This record gives sequence, structure tokens and C-alpha cells, in this order.
Amino acid sequence: MESSRRKFLKIAGLSVLGVGAKPVLDSLVQAGEPTYATDQEALEGTHWAMVVDMKKCRDDCRDCITACHRGHNVPEINNAKHEIKWIWNEDFKHAFPTQEHEHLAERLERQPFMVLCNHCDNPPCVRVCPTQATFKRKEDGVVMMDFHRCIGCRFCMAACPYGSRSFNWFNPRNYLDDTNPDFPTRAKGVVEKCNFCAERLAIGKIPLCVEACKEKALVFGDLDDPNSEVRKILRERFSIRRKPGLGTGPNIFYVI
Amino acid sequence: MLEKPLFGSKKYYGWMTALIALIGVGVICFLYQLYVGLGTTGMSRDVSWGIYIAQLIFLVGVAASAVMVVLPYYLHNYKEFGRITILGEFLAVSAILMCMLFVFVDLGRPFRLLNIFLYPTLNSIMFWDVMVLNGYLLLNIVIGWITLSAERKGIRPPRWIKPLIYLSIPWAISIHTVTAFLFAGLPGRGYWLTAIMAPRFLASAFAGGPALLIILSLIIRRFTKFDPGTKAIQMLARIVTYAAIVNVFFFFLEVFTVFYSQIPEHMDHFKYLFFGLEGHGILRPYMWASMSLAFVAILLLILQQVRHNERLLGLACVMIFISIWIDKGLGIISGGFVPNPMHQVTEYSPTVPELFITLGVYAIGFTVLTVLYKIAVAVKEEVRA
Amino acid sequence: MYDGGKITAGLVIFLILITFPFWYNRGKASTTPERPYPKDQKACVEATNYMKASHMQLLNNWRDNVVRVANRIYTNKNGKTFKMSLTDTCLDCHTSKADFCDKCHNYLGVLPYCWDCHLTEKGKT
Repeated sequence: MESSRRKFLKIAGLSVLGVGAKPVLDSLVQAGEPTYATDQEALEGTHWAMVVDMKKCRDDCRDCITACHRGHNVPEINNAKHEIKWIWNEDFKHAFPTQEHEHLAERLERQPFMVLCNHCDNPPCVRVCPTQATFKRKEDGVVMMDFHRCIGCRFCMAACPYGSRSFNWFNPRNYLDDTNPDFPTRAKGVVEKCNFCAERLAIGKIPLCVEACKEKALVFGDLDDPNSEVRKILRERFSIRRKPGLGTGPNIFYVI
Repeated sequence: MLEKPLFGSKKYYGWMTALIALIGVGVICFLYQLYVGLGTTGMSRDVSWGIYIAQLIFLVGVAASAVMVVLPYYLHNYKEFGRITILGEFLAVSAILMCMLFVFVDLGRPFRLLNIFLYPTLNSIMFWDVMVLNGYLLLNIVIGWITLSAERKGIRPPRWIKPLIYLSIPWAISIHTVTAFLFAGLPGRGYWLTAIMAPRFLASAFAGGPALLIILSLIIRRFTKFDPGTKAIQMLARIVTYAAIVNVFFFFLEVFTVFYSQIPEHMDHFKYLFFGLEGHGILRPYMWASMSLAFVAILLLILQQVRHNERLLGLACVMIFISIWIDKGLGIISGGFVPNPMHQVTEYSPTVPELFITLGVYAIGFTVLTVLYKIAVAVKEEVRA
Repeated sequence: MYDGGKITAGLVIFLILITFPFWYNRGKASTTPERPYPKDQKACVEATNYMKASHMQLLNNWRDNVVRVANRIYTNKNGKTFKMSLTDTCLDCHTSKADFCDKCHNYLGVLPYCWDCHLTEKGKT
């Protein structure tokens, strides 16, 4: 008697639960949760890299710099102390400070080198950031900045061995005449740097600097794809990277 | 005990008024910096940390040095330190408070500070630094307050305080080690990339901190009825002497490694600081002054007659303090950033608002220190009377 | 009671100060600001009530997805897709930031810092 009553209650309870839960579950399935996805156009790559062919790069040309800085609302500040640079020119001896010597080829001594964030395999800036405002995207290896989260401690600037990071010492909008409305400006007090045009990769476009280079000196591609153009160049030509001894694994290669 | 700081002599009120005025100026300058941006400081793309972070390093050392009175007293039962242990602990409290304020005023977006806790990042030394500094602050407030209240009531401190005191000893070492790791683990900065960074920091801390404590003790003895004790001061003087010698020794270890190996990336920072690089050498006179002060002070301290003469001892301690302040408060940061990783020289010197903010933070620290010492001294006087 | 007079006077001053907003605004009822809803659109990315209450969470999710995960496309509960963009998607319908966003934010005294960086009008900062 005792046990059968308990059994009855159990079965009754479960069936009530089942009947009651069904519409709830149904409605959940019907409405669905919002989902997030990448753009179908997005470039597919798992290890973005760039080759800079210094034999093609022209000394007097600043097309890539202009395109990048315009496109990303990088302010033009005429004070070396407060400058903001995503991609810029550097002498060989500064870009490769341990490899310079007295009898360097004249061309290299004279030629300005394009330098930018190396989007390192093992980035020290990411290692030191206390808030993960700087992080390396697992999907494609781009070293990104989340300007919303940056507290402006500038630890990443101390950690980057390439001087690729700039800080907004003032409100950058005071130094911008024309702006590109498709890309945000930054606010004072955050660090910024080249983002490998993540906003363009996401909609199927190559980085602005690469697109702007008429000489085709800049080549962008996926290192994990053996048929990519970057892999082809690296297979055929001798290339160097900045400060390889530090173990950061730069993804910008220079053909000199 | 909290009412003690409200009453004092004319001199005391004058001192406090001066401090509060300095804080006011500092706050105004900070609001200006907040409004305009960190461009108001002398920092730049290449020297992205300046006098604020330098003071952080220096003051973490002062805070860590409290262990030099806590350890002999509690672990070796060195009774003579009984009277000044509280001074060491309260000095640590105010020093840590200043450290945190210096981090705060250095941030580009100070009101996002809590992001450090919202997104805890174990691989970031900055995260650990904030953690250990907060922990050490809490430990010293609790330990100092509990032991002082017990002393006032004439009872033994509660037993649960003992483990906290023992914990505070390794913790003191940890705060300065972690602070050294902020710098010592960065690739491409030859001046900082040295395993001896943490030991160097600790040695200079154990020289500079106790030197400051001696100076403070001599001041307290002069202006109050409380005597920290000649024996305690003499023991501190010995600690200062040893630590100062070790500090200079460590410096020469660095110099040997760097200059015998002849690796430019490591050498050039020393060259910049002591001889100038590419025509820039703003810190040269300071660095040589720091060196000379350290040597003269060590010579003075080695002589027993000098050490026993409190006037000369005070002088030597001031010299040690200034020497270490220059080395850590100016040299470590600028030396590490100049030349930059691309081997370009951009110099740094602080601006006027930056200096006033720095002074303002020091004024806050000294206000807290004065209040805490006022309480401690009042209790000690009360107990003796 | 020691210093009874002083304490009472102090308490009275304290009470007056702390109730000052009530004195100052008495008799005036404030009205919630009217916001111009886009006429040519039937629905926002989510239900209006949800948007009213939770647009900040939604925007936070969008932001983290775009910046940190490289997702760009949002599919709402009804299966409709949108590009996750404050300046493109939101401002396409809510054309005036001043009329739509600011009115309410000012009324509520909240100061989101979106506009410190994101641009509202072409070619202007």
C-alpha cells in the first residue's frame, strides 16, 4: 500500500512535469537564442603574415602610410614624443639595430624601411597586459587591441621590443581634420597600434597598406596555406625578421 | 586611539596644514592631467613611464623594508626593536598607499582601474603586483593596529595575529620581487633584462628603508617624549651599512657582466646614464651624485665612531636615502627606456604639473604617516606614563 | 548632554542640506523625454521593450563579438540578421544621436563614452 502510493505520486508528478514543460521547451526552441557569426565574405586564414619586398619599395612613396592612417583615423601629431604610428618609416639601423654595420649596402643604408606591428607568434605585449585589452586572436593570429578595455597602464609599450605601440597622450580628435566615419577614433589615455586591418579582413578585404601599394611591395597572406603568395615568396627568396633572437616570432618578413 | 591625531602642538598643526596645501595643489594638477591627458607629463612614446612609476619602485622598497624590523623582533626575539616595530609597519602602510596612488595617477584611463579585477590575468605581472601590494597593505594595517591596541590596553596581542606577522615577512620580500619582475621579464630592454633585478631592488630597499626609519626615529625622539631606543637605532644603522654595501656590490656585478660581455644592447643604457649617449645625458650628474653619496655614506657608516654619533649617523642616512632615491626614482626607469628598442635616444624629464602631482602623492603619504605615527607615539607615551 | 545646542544646530543644517533637492524641485514634475522613433521601420533588432531596458547589454555583446571574436553578423530571436555596428546599423535608423540617444541619457544622467570614439556624422569629429 505504502509503496504503491509513493509510486503513484512519482508517476503523477513526472507526467505533470512533462506535460507542463513541453510548451515551455517548445517556445524556447521556437524563439531561439540570438547567435553571432562571422561574415560570409570574411577572408579565411589561420595565420596572417606579411612580406615586405624592399627591392620593390620606393624611397619617396608614402602611399601605405597615408592609406592606413587615413583609414584608421590615426592623428597626425608633429611632435616625435607624442606621435601615433601604425605603419611608418625607419632606417635600417633602427629597424634592425643589431644587424647594422659600417659596410652595409648603400641602398639599404639609404632606404626607409616599412615597419609596423609584427603580430608576433609569442607577443610580449599580450603577456603583460593586466586586463586582456591586448590579446592574440586564436582564429587568425592577429594581435588586437580592445580600446574599450585598455586602462592605459602602458605596460605593453614597455614590453614591445619594436616600438610598435603608441599612446594617446592627448585627445586624438584635436589632431584630426578629416575622419573616416567607418572606423572609430580613439579617446585619450589608451594605447593603440596596427590591427592588421581586422575590420577589413572580416568583410573579405586585404589590409589597406597592401591595397594602397602600387609597387606590390607588400604582400599579405596565410602562412598556414602552403599555396599562399607569402609562402611562395618565402620559399623562393631570402627573408629576415626584426629581432628574431628575442623569440617573439614576428610575422612581418622583409625581403632585402 | 583615533582621536589622537586631532590634538597637537602648533608645529604639528603647521606641518599638517602645509601637507594639506600640497595635497590641494597636487589634486588640482591631477584634475588638469585628467582633463588634458597624460601629455601634460614629460613622458613620451619612447619613455612611456616616468617619475610616477619610478616612485612606485622606490616606495615599494620602503614598504618592504619594514621586514627588517619585523623579522629580528618576531623571529629572533630581538627585544630592542619592540618599540620601533610599529613605526616600521606604519611606514609600510603609508608607503604602499603612495605606491597605489602612483599607479593610479599614471593610468591613461584611471577610472577603468577595476578592469584589473574584472578580467584577472594571471600571466600579467601587473596583476600580481596589484594583488601583493593590496595584501601587504591589509596585513600591515591589521598587524599594526592590533598590536598597538593591545599595547595600549596592557595586554598581549591576540594569538591569531602571530601567523599574520609571520606571513608578512615573506610577503614583504614578494612585493619587491614582483615589482622587479615588472621590468626584469621584458625582452628588448637590456637594462632591465637581468636576473639580479629583484636582489638589487631588495638590497637597495633594505638600505634605504631602514635609513629612512633612522631619520624618522631621530625626528620623533627630538619632537616627542617617545624614545625609539639607542640600541634599536644602532642595530638599524648596522643593517643599513650591510645592505648599502651589498647594493653597491650588486651594482658592480651588473657593471661587470654588461661591460665584460660588451653586448651593446646592455651596455648602452649604462653608458647613457653615466656618460651620455649621442650627445644626450641629462641624468649624468645625478647618477654620479648617487654613486658618490653611496660611497661616502658607506665609508662613514663603516666607522664605528661615526655610527655612534647620531648627528653623523643621521647625515649618512640622508645620503643613503638620496643616493637610492636617485638610483631607483630616476635611473631605473629612464635608464631602461633610453635608448629605446630601436636604439634611438629620446630623453625624459618631468614637467611642473607632473612634479606637483608627485609631491601631492607624497604629501598624502606623509599625512597618513604623520597621523599613524601620532597615534603610535601618543599610545607609547601613554603607556610609559 | 554636552554641546546640545551645537549638535542640534548641526543636525538641522544636515537635514536641510540632504533634503535640498526636494525643496528645490517641489511642485515641478519632470517628464520623460520624447524620442523620435524611426517612421519607416517596423522593428528594431530586438523587441522594443527589450531594447529599452537592455540595449546596453546588447551593445556590449556586439562590441565584444566584433572586437574580440571577429564576429560581425547578429541573428536575432526571430532569425533576422544584422551587421553588428553602432554607427552603421543603429544610426542608420536612429539617424540623430542628439535626438534619440542624448535626450534620454541626459535625462537619466548617464554618460556613455561610445561617442568619444565612434563617429556619428560623415567627415566630422
